[in-house]
Formats: sequence, C-alpha cells, structure tokens
Amino acid sequence: MAQDIQAKVVEIIAEQAVLEPSDVSLDQSLEDLGIDSLGVVESIFAIEEAFDISVPFNANDPSDSDFDISSVAAIVKAVQGLVAEQKG
Amino acid sequence: MARVVITGQGTINALGKTVPETLEAFREGRCGIGPLDIRDVERLAIQIGGQVHDYDPNAQFNRQQIALYDKYTQFTLIAAQEAIAQAGLSFSGDLAARSGVVLGTAGGGMNTQDENYRAVYEEGKNRVHPFVVPKLMNNAAASHVSMQHNLKGPTFTVATACASSNHAMGQAFQMVRSGLAPVMITGGSESMLCFGGVKAWEGLRVMSKDACRPFSANRNGMVQGEGAAIFVFEEYEHAKARGAEILAEVVGFAMSSDAGDIVMPSKQGASRAMEGAIRDAGIAKMDVGYINAHGTGTAANDKTECAAVADVFGAHADRLMISSTKSMHGHAIGGTGAIELLACIMALKDGVVAPTINYDEPDPECALDVVPNEAREAKVEVALSNAFAFGGLNAVLALRAV
Repeated sequence: MAQDIQAKVVEIIAEQAVLEPSDVSLDQSLEDLGIDSLGVVESIFAIEEAFDISVPFNANDPSDSDFDISSVAAIVKAVQGLVAEQKG
Repeated sequence: MARVVITGQGTINALGKTVPETLEAFREGRCGIGPLDIRDVERLAIQIGGQVHDYDPNAQFNRQQIALYDKYTQFTLIAAQEAIAQAGLSFSGDLAARSGVVLGTAGGGMNTQDENYRAVYEEGKNRVHPFVVPKLMNNAAASHVSMQHNLKGPTFTVATACASSNHAMGQAFQMVRSGLAPVMITGGSESMLCFGGVKAWEGLRVMSKDACRPFSANRNGMVQGEGAAIFVFEEYEHAKARGAEILAEVVGFAMSSDAGDIVMPSKQGASRAMEGAIRDAGIAKMDVGYINAHGTGTAANDKTECAAVADVFGAHADRLMISSTKSMHGHAIGGTGAIELLACIMALKDGVVAPTINYDEPDPECALDVVPNEAREAKVEVALSNAFAFGGLNAVLALRAV
C-alpha cells in the first residue's frame, strides 16, 4: 500500500514536470523538478483526486501549511499520512 | 484635452447600501466580512465573504425586472441611481445621444449561471427560464443602465478580471477627455458569491478561511466580496456651467500587461502602470499622498505591490500612505476597483484616509505606511487607485482634489 502510494505520487509529479517517473528521485524538491506555484496547486489537486482525500494546503504560505512539500519524499509521506487518516 | 471631473457616486457593497454608509464604515474601520449565507455553503471549504446582507430585491425591483436582472445588474442599477441622482443629471436630446456607459465585471450574471446549471445538471430539468441569456450576459448591466437613464452614446462592458472596473473607468475617462462624450456613467459590479463562484476560487488555494489581512505578516489569502460602485464622469466645463458639485478630478490613467504569468503578479508590470498614470496626469511623484492598493492579502500580491511602489516612488514611498480597503469589503473582483475609488475620493474630498484593517504584524517585505487599523485625517492632493488582475493586466487611475 505504502509503495503503491509512492508510485502514484511520483507518477503525478513526473507528469507535472513532463518527466518519466524513473527520472524523479525522492530527495528532489518540486522546484528542482521545475514545477512552479501553479504546478504545485495542480499536483495537489491531482493527488486529492487520485486518493480521494482532502489536502490541507494554502498557496499563500506553503511552509505554514500542514502539508509538507519540501521534497518528493516529504509529499509521499504526507500523502501516506492523509490516506491513513482519511481512508483508514 | 478636456478636464474630467466626478459629479456623482453610488454604491452597494458589504459595508453599506449607499455611499454615506460605506464611507462611515471606512472611517470607522468596520469589517463587512463574515459568514456566507448562500445555498450549499456547508459543502465549501471557504465559508466567509464580504456579502451584501439584508438585501431584498423585491424592495427595489418589480417581478418583471427581477426576471431580467441578475444580482450583479441589480447592484449596478442601485448604485447608478444614487450616482446619477447626486449628479443631478437627466439625459435627453444631444446630451443623451452622446453620453454612454462603460462598466467592468468579471463574471457577469454568475448567480444566473449557477442557478440554471444546477437546474439542468443537478435537478435534471430540461427547461430553463427564457431570459437566462439576457440575464447572464456580461453587458446586461451596462445595457440596463443605458435603458433606465436614456444614455444613447458609447456603451459596453470591459472584462479584465480583478482590474475590470479600473479598465472601464479608464475608458470612460479617455472618452470624456477626448471630447467623444460629455458625460460617461462608469464603474463596475460583481456578484460571484454563489456556490459555483466560491468553489472555483477555492481550487486556486489562495483564499483565507478566516480574514483578509493585507500587508500583515500573518496574512493567509484573499476573501471574496460582492457589490457595485458607479460614478458620473463629466467634462469639467459642462459640470461647472450647470453648477454641479465636483467630488474630484480624474487626471490620469495607464494600463500595462505583464506578458508573463497567468496568475503570478509582476513588479515591472505594476510599476509601469503606476508610472504611466503619473506621467499621463502630468504630476510629480511627490504629489501622490495616497494609494488605494490592490492589496488582496495574498502572499504574492502584497509583497510585489509594495516592491513596485518602492521602485516607482523611491524615498517618497516612505512618506505616502497606502491602504487596502479589501480588508473591509472583500475582493469584489470586477467591481472592486470602483468600490475602492470611493476611498480615494474620500481621501481627496474629506481628508480621511481609509485604513487597512486586520493588520497584526509588520512584514519586512511590505514596509510601507499601510494606515493600519484606524482611519487617518490627512490632506491628500493626489490619489492613485491600483488594480492588478489575473492574466497580468494592470490598470491605475490618478485622481486629484478639486
């Protein structure tokens, strides 16, 4: 389950960055991948749709949101937490 | 070129249903933002807004009119009535033939769209009211003002999202200044506080769930409002000849396009519009005493706007006042620039500068005099009104005290 979530999140981010999933590494940030603020908002929407969850995220101050987007790994971990919390 | 003066103003918004009520709220720093009272609000993540409460269209309009007037048109007609009555103008003959209406709106009849999409998609109805199209169209409000007041000259609607009103008023200004029209009715209106209207904004994740706090370090987004403000722009000699009371003079206007990003603002685009308005007005930068900011309360706008003001005005940026009245009436989208022009006229005419309320913590990236929390008495000679829209479209007006 955890691996499935990771694969899906990486796939969503890769699509946003116009890359192959194999070209996305977990330690990269969205900025490293060339994803701008609009791309971040679109990625989060795709994550919400894919997992049927609600992601707490305010684009005004991403660092202040409960949802950590500092790296791909952080996003995967946050989505795992939300899925467990909201779908468990 | 002719001089252009404002001889009438009218409004309805979350702060008041007339200009005097709204100005009183500005002076008192009152907040018009609160819980939304709309259908399906429980399904929204954002449940606050600058809504016009205790509003009964039946008190203002008859059944036939309501069948044709979306709420944005109703707001427009109420504000236009107040403005034209104050100006003391009635339109006939040559004056009627040459005078027109230019209004701004972003969404037009959004409530009509929302209600009727709901009827056909959610409720499965296969029939809608015959007037849906003339009710929702973006030029409905301008046309109804034209019909109600017999204005037969140039009449149209401008849609540039959050800058619609400023672009519209700029057009009206240029028409009167160039001699194309002796009088133009102008301003803007928006009524987007319906389920679909708020739901769409939620998606961008730039909305605050609790308050609009422009320039404050703890700001967390914009809050939508609704309403209209309408003005009478009149050629100066025409106004003087009939002994009209002059509220303020419109002296400059400029527009620019960022040609950059569809949502992120640009310091250069904003700066060029302010510089352009000052140049068009033929005034010195140090004459500008007050700027009514775009000031949405988002992270992106406020720091970009402050940086642009600092760039344009240099050392004078620290001496002028800049406030965002969106903290009180919310962001009325295509109508917002018109509602905010009321604050500029109040500063010039009454010597009272409307505050930025909900200001809690200084932000080093917005280190200007934002007139925090309390209105201030001050003599202001020239005021600017900024509007910077999604799509990177900027429009700035310059007004002078008379």
